[in-house]
Amino acid sequence: MSHAADLPVWAALLTAALLLAGATLTLAGAIGTLRFRSFYERVHAPTLGTSWGTGAMALASIVFFSALGSRLVLHELLIAVFVTVTTPVTLMLLARAALYRDRAEGAAGVPAQSELRRPNGNGEASHESGAI
Amino acid sequence: MIVDILLWSVTAAQVMLVAAMACYAFRVVRGPRAQDRVLSLDAMYVCAMLLALTVGIRTGSDVYFEAALIIGVLGFVSSVALAKFLMRGEVIE
Repeated sequence: MSHAADLPVWAALLTAALLLAGATLTLAGAIGTLRFRSFYERVHAPTLGTSWGTGAMALASIVFFSALGSRLVLHELLIAVFVTVTTPVTLMLLARAALYRDRAEGAAGVPAQSELRRPNGNGEASHESGAI
Repeated sequence: MIVDILLWSVTAAQVMLVAAMACYAFRVVRGPRAQDRVLSLDAMYVCAMLLALTVGIRTGSDVYFEAALIIGVLGFVSSVALAKFLMRGEVIE
C-alpha cells in the first residue's frame, strides 16, 4: 500500500475506523442470518449490512480517495444510494413471495389473509386473494 | 505507521467480509427453503460488492468502484427475478 504513504493521519484513521465498522456490521448481519429461527426473522438480518455496512464502506472510500487525490471524490455515493433504494424493493418482493408460498401450503404460524379486502383495481390484490 | 494501520484495518475488514460470505454460503447450502437461499444469495452479492470496494482502497485504483457498481446492479436484478419466480412458479405447479 505504498500509494497511501502520504495520506494525512486523520484520513487514515477515519478510513480505518469506517472500514472496520462497516465490516463488523456486515458480519453481524450474516451471523444473525445463521442464528434466527424463521425466515421472517432472517429477512431482517442482512439489512444491517446493506444499510450502514454499505454506508460506512462508501464513506471510508470517499474519505480515502478524497484525501489521496486532495479533491472531493463523491462517486461512491452512487453505490450507497443505489443499495439503499433497491434493498427494500428486493426484500419486500421476497417476503411477499415467501408469505404467498407459506399460505399456499397452509403452513402453521403464518398470519391468515386479512378480512379487509383491497379494491380489485391493481393486479397484486387479486393475485393475493387467490392465495387461500 | 499510518500505512500499517490502514493495511491492518483493510485486511481485517476483508477477513470479516469473507467470514460473512461464508455464513451466507452456509445458509445457501443448508437453507430450509428456496426463499432462504435467494435471501442469502442477495446478501452475498452485497458482500462481494463491499469486498470490491475494500480491494479498491487497498490498491488505490478507481477501477474497482465500477466493478462494485456492476455487481450491485446485477445482484438487484437477479434477486428481483428470483423473487418473482418464487411468486409465479408456485402458481403453475
